Amino acid sequence: MIETPNQSWNLREWLAFASVWGAAVLVTVTFCWLLGDIIWHGLSHISWTFLTAPPENAGRRGGIGPILVSTGLILGVCLAVSLPLGVGTAVLLAEFTSDTNLFGRLTRRSLDVLAGVPSIVFGLFGNAFFCKTLGLGFSILSGGLTLACMVLPILIRSTEEGFRAVPDNYRLSAAALGLSRTATLVHLLLPAAVPGLLVGLVLGVGRAIAETAALIFTSGYVDRMPESLLDSGRALSIHIFDLSMNVSGGDANAYASALVLVIMLLIINGTASWLATHSLHRKIVTV
Amino acid sequence: MTPLEPITVSHLHHPAGDRFGRCERQPFVEVDQLSLHYRGKPAFQDVTLSINKGCITALVGPSGCGKTSFLTCLNRLTDLIAGCRVSGRITIETLDVLAPGLDVIQLRRRIGMIFQKPNPFPLSIRKNLEFPLREHGVRDRRQIAQTIEATLRDVGLWEEVKDRLDSPALALSGGQQQRLCIARSLALAPEVLLMDEPCSALDPLSSGVVEDLIVSLRGRYTILIVTHNLAQARRIADDAAFFWVQNGVGRLIEAGIAKQIFEEPHDPLTAAYVSGMRG
Ligand SMILES: Nc1ncnc2c1ncn2[C@@H]1O[C@H](COP(=O)(O)OP(=O)(O)OP(=O)(O)O)[C@@H](O)[C@H]1O
Ligand SMILES: [Mg+2]
Repeated sequence: MIETPNQSWNLREWLAFASVWGAAVLVTVTFCWLLGDIIWHGLSHISWTFLTAPPENAGRRGGIGPILVSTGLILGVCLAVSLPLGVGTAVLLAEFTSDTNLFGRLTRRSLDVLAGVPSIVFGLFGNAFFCKTLGLGFSILSGGLTLACMVLPILIRSTEEGFRAVPDNYRLSAAALGLSRTATLVHLLLPAAVPGLLVGLVLGVGRAIAETAALIFTSGYVDRMPESLLDSGRALSIHIFDLSMNVSGGDANAYASALVLVIMLLIINGTASWLATHSLHRKIVTV
Repeated sequence: MTPLEPITVSHLHHPAGDRFGRCERQPFVEVDQLSLHYRGKPAFQDVTLSINKGCITALVGPSGCGKTSFLTCLNRLTDLIAGCRVSGRITIETLDVLAPGLDVIQLRRRIGMIFQKPNPFPLSIRKNLEFPLREHGVRDRRQIAQTIEATLRDVGLWEEVKDRLDSPALALSGGQQQRLCIARSLALAPEVLLMDEPCSALDPLSSGVVEDLIVSLRGRYTILIVTHNLAQARRIADDAAFFWVQNGVGRLIEAGIAKQIFEEPHDPLTAAYVSGMRG
């Protein structure tokens, strides 16, 4: 016969229960409060004009049109550089270097360290290297490249995990059928590694789009509409920072800009998870 | 190496009367003094064996005696394993399998392999067959479609899947997946088939279906099959080779006609194993 459980919960169970739920509630409440605050203060200011018009009076009035364009361009440069480099490096690390290979181990270790480096350090590096040494100045290009450096470690490591999660028997059966490594990589491994790549992309882009410190020293402050990648351009996060810290009376627009940023993040997240499940459904991954 | 004929479906067309082909007992694959080391540690040593054309040769022996390792030497899958060293000689007709400059891709087209666990690619049924064909240079759509149908018929899967060729291969049952994997190998028109316990991950019914399929391939392909199921080996094998572990190293103890190995083995070890007393 099954013993009836002790009716009164003992203290330890209560403590565990309370702390687990407490933590969950705390996180949710904080997030909702933050989001609610931003929506409450920001939503009424958002309009089509706000999204397209240039800022006026240091951003107190007007919109964020040029700032959205700069942000998009910076992100574009960042992705154009980090995606091919990231996937390439991940392939090299996961498929062409053994676990014990010294080069592979050093690269992995360095990437893990880099992933934890504060963004301000990347900002200073970008300023010294892209702006000064390469002579790109304060520009969208410098900013995008700096962000790429920052995003790469996360992107590479999670894509690599994506490749490692592909069962070895695909590689063996492909080889036994006389398929070349390239064909195996392109047709079997890459599609199977897409979920890992997407996770890295979301984490990386999320970090990049919200980045301030790395961009202040590289893409600069100028809030005009950029005319080329070599123009300076102000990213959304810097705009928010500037409005709330340096511009008195800029709070309303700061809230509205923050709301736009949060919405962009949510859209990126949603798209990526939709893509991930979509590609999983299409491929059906074995367990 | 001898240039390969282009893949055609003609090898699949065989008159119904010839369905159960015969084994001619003509050496096709010659293995001479073959040894394999994983990171300096021997897995098996000094295996000398001749495999007859069109026959089913069963490799039997206890776990860890190097049967799988032996199979992977023949299609050079050992190249993929770091720290694996193979010495000795393997020849298929006149082809020196272990020659350093050998085109392994062409070699693996001549030698198909079926694994213990069915491993179709996470693609559709059609793509599973089409992808390897395309990679081996078959571009003609009609020819691809014909080969797909012919090989699926060959493994008895056509009637079961002809209406859902574009559904995922992983949605098939285990036995169907294994037959699809066999079809995938057959589509490349191999001469030799290596089968590593192809039935052991299947339920008895599917296992029986796959076993019948293997028997139906006799005569058309030279088949090497590893099996732990001695009853199955007795039923289907023309020849048999018995491996055993001595001092932690796999050895070939006895090889020959299956009937002789199972009924009047020369070696006492073989006798003990096939009578179920050891292993
Ligand atoms: N990749 C590998 N690296 C190192 N050792 C290996 C590797 N593969 C197999 N071995 C070793 O080689 C020996 C032979 O293994 P193998 O898998 O060939 O045996 P087997 O006869 O197929 O066994 P089973 O019947 O269990 O499948 C075993 O001792 C095994 O531990
Ligand atoms: Mg084995």
